[in-house]
Amino acid sequence: MQNEKQLLTVKNLVKHFDISGGLLDQLAIQKRKIVRKRTIVKALNDISLEINAGETLGVVGESGCGKSTLARTVLCLYKPNSGEIYYKGNRIDGLNHKEMLPFRTKMQMIFQDPYASLNPRMTVTRTLEEPVLFHDRGLTSREVQQKVADVMEQVGVDPTWSDRYPHEFSGGQRQRISIARALMVDPEFVVADEPVSALDVSIQAQILNLLMEAQQKRGLTYMLITHDLSVVQYFATRVAVLYLGMLCEEAETAELFNAPRHPYTQALLAAIPKLGEKKAKYIKMKGEVPTPINLPSGCVFHGRCPFANERCEREVPSLQKQESRIIACHAVEEGRL
Amino acid sequence: MSDRWSRFRKSYLFYSFKRDPIAIACFSIFIFLVVISFAAPIVAPYNPYDTTTIDIMDSELPPAWMEEGNENFWLGTDIQGRDLYSTMLYGLRTSVIIGIFAVIFQAFVGIVVGLISGYFGGRIDAFLMRITDIQFSIPYLIVAIIASAVFKIAFGANRFEELAIPLLVIIIGMSEWPKYARTVRASVLGEKSKEYVEAARVIGLNNRLIMFRHILPNTLTPVLVISTIQVAQAVMSEAALSFLGLGMPVTKPSLGSLINLGFEYVFSGSWWITLFPGLLLVTFVLVILLLGDWLRDVLNPKLYKG
Amino acid sequence: MGHLLEVKDLKVTFALRFGDLTAIDGVSFTLDRKEKLGLVGESGAGKSVTGFSIINLISKPGFISEGKVIFEGLELQSLSDKDIRSIRGNRISMIFQDPMMTLNPVLTIGTQMIETVMAHKKVSKKEAAEIALEKLNKVYIPSPEKRLQQYPHECSGGMRQRIVIAIALLTDPSLIIADEPTTALDVTIQAGIMDLLIELCNTENMGLILITHDLAVVSQVTEKIAVMYAGKIIETGPTDLIVKKPRHPYTKGLIKSLPGAQQPGETLNQIPGMMPTLTDIPKGCAFHPRCEIHESVCTTKIPILQEAGQKDHLAACHLLHKTLEETNGAQSTPEQDN
Repeated sequence: MQNEKQLLTVKNLVKHFDISGGLLDQLAIQKRKIVRKRTIVKALNDISLEINAGETLGVVGESGCGKSTLARTVLCLYKPNSGEIYYKGNRIDGLNHKEMLPFRTKMQMIFQDPYASLNPRMTVTRTLEEPVLFHDRGLTSREVQQKVADVMEQVGVDPTWSDRYPHEFSGGQRQRISIARALMVDPEFVVADEPVSALDVSIQAQILNLLMEAQQKRGLTYMLITHDLSVVQYFATRVAVLYLGMLCEEAETAELFNAPRHPYTQALLAAIPKLGEKKAKYIKMKGEVPTPINLPSGCVFHGRCPFANERCEREVPSLQKQESRIIACHAVEEGRL
Repeated sequence: MSDRWSRFRKSYLFYSFKRDPIAIACFSIFIFLVVISFAAPIVAPYNPYDTTTIDIMDSELPPAWMEEGNENFWLGTDIQGRDLYSTMLYGLRTSVIIGIFAVIFQAFVGIVVGLISGYFGGRIDAFLMRITDIQFSIPYLIVAIIASAVFKIAFGANRFEELAIPLLVIIIGMSEWPKYARTVRASVLGEKSKEYVEAARVIGLNNRLIMFRHILPNTLTPVLVISTIQVAQAVMSEAALSFLGLGMPVTKPSLGSLINLGFEYVFSGSWWITLFPGLLLVTFVLVILLLGDWLRDVLNPKLYKG
Repeated sequence: MGHLLEVKDLKVTFALRFGDLTAIDGVSFTLDRKEKLGLVGESGAGKSVTGFSIINLISKPGFISEGKVIFEGLELQSLSDKDIRSIRGNRISMIFQDPMMTLNPVLTIGTQMIETVMAHKKVSKKEAAEIALEKLNKVYIPSPEKRLQQYPHECSGGMRQRIVIAIALLTDPSLIIADEPTTALDVTIQAGIMDLLIELCNTENMGLILITHDLAVVSQVTEKIAVMYAGKIIETGPTDLIVKKPRHPYTKGLIKSLPGAQQPGETLNQIPGMMPTLTDIPKGCAFHPRCEIHESVCTTKIPILQEAGQKDHLAACHLLHKTLEETNGAQSTPEQDN
């Protein structure tokens, strides 16, 4: 069942957060009775994905769609409520800290905010050597120093600056250091959570090129989480579109951008501003974006979907394989769209 | 090391220190007092702990510049005939030792509790925070009075005199650690959601390493600021306890017990026994508080631009 | 016939303890009614400061040290605080990135809107409420009567921004300055807000200054673009020309570095280095250390805006002859690289 090529497989992943706080916060008065009310954020609802070795899977969606939760759950930073995660055929969800350690060197992460992702009290050297020293590879301190210098060189940060603290660097340079930290343990799989969205346009290109170069040289597999569709179009091999913790559509990048099928994907693509194109012919969506606390019944998109009918309100669409793409939509299934 | 020093010299902290005459003055006075108190055995003309050097005939001599004053005792003597100047130096030393160790004790307990509480959250947090709440709601003097009474009975008066310093450290420390616990917990809550902590977890570091290597150093700024105030507070607490007769014994007086000692004789005209130790105490505490104020302004993250 | 807004050689200086910093250096542009101008630049380029200085709202150590801001015939930079207040928020409205900068979280939307109307117009409370409703309808807020009773936190981000725009419209301004109005919003919401702004400019006969870092957004909304770099406008002109035939090396590099402009998989064209901070702006052309084609003249002489081939298309570069050749030549061939 496990494909040789598959590096990471996620099956029916569900992650809910209970944000109701302590017992006292949960109590509420309803109809003159004290009841205990829980507030649950349904961040991921039944997500299944496969990532093949060497490719870049782009995960796109708007704020609140659960893409950052997905990134962290895949890396086992959050424990999923249910579902399975396999890395090269080994199940990794539910492993304890010690059992997880070998996978920690294989899977790394790059973060969004270059100002928060580096410990402000640690010099670049200490930040970079920490992962290597922790996963003791039997390197001498000389070799570790050399590795730090090599990796800094690779990401384009002057190795002579290794004794400086993060606040002495610009945002773009910090993001390079953050990438260097991820590369220090020679990972196979890197999750990049909005790696360029906090950076200026001219710096974005530098970082994207760096990520691309690292992929080519080291044969990395990326999971690229972003809200910026143009970054995904440029960078990803395949794209998965998320909406309110559900997978809407997944396809090869070119295929998805040329012919989006899911009504949400269509609306999302139409909304991207394109340079030099006068006035987007965007699809007006009705209604407000629901919150993941009160998920709509049936298809989560039905409230905003121009093609929704009574079935969409009632029944959750299942993921259907259509040629090379996977799509969850009643309208597409029934051939209405 | 010299690298660190040069970095410090270039830092904003040092820059604003150089530009603030009050900070410089306070720091100099503070250092001067600490140095002469620890150098008391060398600096002081007499050893007040050595009963053989004390002559009861010298008791209650006024300062040297007054009519009945004796040139040998420039700030006068106390009722036992000890040189007041020497006794004050030794007393200050005791006060400083108790103050600093009490704060180290408080900080240690408070930081550990605050770190664990803030990092793990949930039930552990609720439990630890309720304990600190309880500790907070009991006035420290009551805790101190009960504790020292219990210790006195448990060890006997003679043993208590020997153990007075460590016991005072524990008493004062126990009553004030919740301040640290709350401060640290608040900053841990802010830090632990930052991405560098997540990065440490992605590397695979265990909770202990993440707490102490990554989060703790980033919560130390507020700890440093309250520590200055806490040292002043601890010195005051010790003085208050000694004044109430619960602190340092008369044979090894701290500033507080000296003030207490002289207080009974103020109305019989021996004002100096209380006044000089009192002035020294006020100066010392004021200097620390002013330094703390300055430090708070400088380290305020809203004003601080690294 | 004068322009709605004319900014002439605007210079904004920040008096700091280690000396004066020039945040904006000689910025000039004009804007008419129904016209939409995009101020584009990366962080630190001075685009927001320019926006604020138009309504004389620069925070303390900063001040307008030279130049003029002429709005409907009035010289705004020399008006008293009291007089400028009758313009600001009345004739000129501002929309910020974060709607909560405008909205008060503890008051209902209705209260805030009615108060704003009554502060600027002599109307009864009932009339004010009617005006508020009318404006909410204009920004396509569903069931506006209900919204008036709600608090800001009960609305989604996109809805809040619409309400902020409605508030900006309350006084029938003739100019709206929008500072990154959709940066915090999702793309599907952003498209709607931008569409709304374009429509309102035409129906309400207003001018719009759109301040943003996003070239793609600007290119869809505005007729004119001014690209800023290190406190100066380095290229300005009609949107089509700037986007399709940029002449300044910085604009060219910026457009080429957009991921959308490239074939997937190709290396992105990148501008090396980063924007200088105001404390150490390079001598000569501020862009020269990052410029691939710079010559010795660039390191010594500050370039001024000059006509770049077409009418109204200005660029501040000594080597415009070079950039033109490159544009024509490099149309199909890939960049010969860094």
